[in-house]
Amino acid sequence: MSGVSTSSTNGGASSNGDLTRIDASALAELLSSGAVSSVEATQAHLDRIAAVEGDIHAFLHVNAEALDAAAAIDARRAAGETLPALAGVPVAIKDVLCTIDMPSTAGSKILEGWVPPYDATVVAKLRAAGLVALGKTNMDEFAMGSSTEHSAYGNTHNPWDLTRIPGGSGGGSAAAVAAFEAPLALGSDTGGSIRQPAAVTGSVGMKPTYGGVSRYGAIALASSLDQVGPVTRSVLDAGLLHDVIGGHDPRDSTSIPEAWPSFAEAARAGQREGSVRGLRIGVLREMSAEAQGFQAGVLQRFHESLALLEAQGAELVEVSAPSFEYAISAYYLILPAEASSNLAKFDSVRFGMRVTPPGGGTVEDVMSATREAGFGDEVKRRVILGTYALSAGYYDAYYGSAQKVRTLIQRDFAAAFDQVDVLATPTAPTTAFKLGEKLDDPLAMYLNDLTTIPANLAGVPGISLPAGLAPEDGLPVGIQFMAPAREDARLYTVGAALEQLLVAQWGGPLLSQAPVLV
Amino acid sequence: MSEITPEVVSHLATLARIALTEDEIAKLTGELGHIVDSVAKVTEVATPDVPATSHPIPLGTVTRPDVVGVTLTPEQALAGAPERAGNHFKVSSILGEEQ
Repeated sequence: MSGVSTSSTNGGASSNGDLTRIDASALAELLSSGAVSSVEATQAHLDRIAAVEGDIHAFLHVNAEALDAAAAIDARRAAGETLPALAGVPVAIKDVLCTIDMPSTAGSKILEGWVPPYDATVVAKLRAAGLVALGKTNMDEFAMGSSTEHSAYGNTHNPWDLTRIPGGSGGGSAAAVAAFEAPLALGSDTGGSIRQPAAVTGSVGMKPTYGGVSRYGAIALASSLDQVGPVTRSVLDAGLLHDVIGGHDPRDSTSIPEAWPSFAEAARAGQREGSVRGLRIGVLREMSAEAQGFQAGVLQRFHESLALLEAQGAELVEVSAPSFEYAISAYYLILPAEASSNLAKFDSVRFGMRVTPPGGGTVEDVMSATREAGFGDEVKRRVILGTYALSAGYYDAYYGSAQKVRTLIQRDFAAAFDQVDVLATPTAPTTAFKLGEKLDDPLAMYLNDLTTIPANLAGVPGISLPAGLAPEDGLPVGIQFMAPAREDARLYTVGAALEQLLVAQWGGPLLSQAPVLV
Repeated sequence: MSEITPEVVSHLATLARIALTEDEIAKLTGELGHIVDSVAKVTEVATPDVPATSHPIPLGTVTRPDVVGVTLTPEQALAGAPERAGNHFKVSSILGEEQ
């Protein structure tokens, strides 16, 4: 089979079609039946990467060993071995995750060229399940940002409009999936970095319950907020990938020890008739009106999606979460505080860049010169802000108060989940904005996360899936569902149910309407 | 309620070990002032009766059996070192001349 990409606009391809256009679940079936080899599938994606990266720049590093890994899987299959469901399927990995065989920079100059001496647990699980790593994806430096413009290695472009942001911090993973460079990707979500890029690129992104997926080997931004999760083109694919990476890890002391149900099964259950009948969906009074800063077309697609679910027997319930308006403020105290501590490890001693000031100096002078040269503007901004929030005299007023707001937000979630099974909001207040539009206004950039941050503060899971294109600009809109902690399966069920209804209405996946890149 | 001055930013940069330039200090002074004024909103609702939450999903203290596991070799641990001396990370002098 040829690996040459085509300009097909058909999202669902047959075994004779373009291997880059089909979902991971479909590709896995072709691999498992022997109709396609992993080498063929991997080569098709490497060709696609070569063809579109000049426009997209989703990758910071392409894995030179990908075809070898694919050949090894093919050999095991040929030898009659029974392989895991996604064996042989290519996957892209956000550069925040440590990989023993590829540089891991987290988008920062300070880690340029650094190859970790170990794999993140999620990466080790991908390898054990036979997935083929295509490479490492671009991101805002240390995951600080909502546009990927804070990467030290250049912008990633939104496949729907190359002049627009792909979201952030995981813009590379979302763009790679949306531009058919990878069927699956891993992201990390501290305040929306999986969900918001998914929303603005027309892909699917899931932030699991805090503790549901190991953080070992994920370069930490804010340890009480970070979660690793799947970025894909379908809800079922996200469930399949979540099943691979999830579960208890003794190397992460915040990892939840209990077993999880299959999320792929939860997604399949959602595709069955009647799956949302009786489901109570909470609509937040604070996040459903234009006056609250939401774009008209975003709200239109959001409410249309809810109406589709209502027509299938779901019940819409208006709920209120009055503390959510304090979430951004609390987040931008807690995150910088934790980040200023986590980033102290970049001290020019054990790994990463070292810059010696002219004339030399003490180790402290070298550290300060290194961090000045190695960190970008947004990282400096947040480290200084976090240092301020934690400093004597301000600690109680800022960091202490922010932790109390966290309690209030958890209480709002608890009260809401007494009334409903899931909560729904638009994933982001607007569609993708223009590159450069918010770069000089940090506060405006921060406000973009108002819908996604509450889930991180409370540790609850959230999923974003495409809800259509905003009529006024033709750009993707995401709808977010949130569930109580440990109830991730619910999100796969309602997500798959809505996706099926929408895809039937559109006559194919939303991404089949994206502009042709080559 | 913020009192972000260039002197404050300069002091914070020293604490954070970042050798900011004068231009960066001037720019950050304005930006941090805006951000701190905005996030100070948390104090409106953080009343004394509300307990603080530091961790979203509380787990008990996590321990593991005290057994020797697979660890990095000295070569692996030193592979990324900017400078090494034998099996040590090499750094410049810790104390200045006046100390």
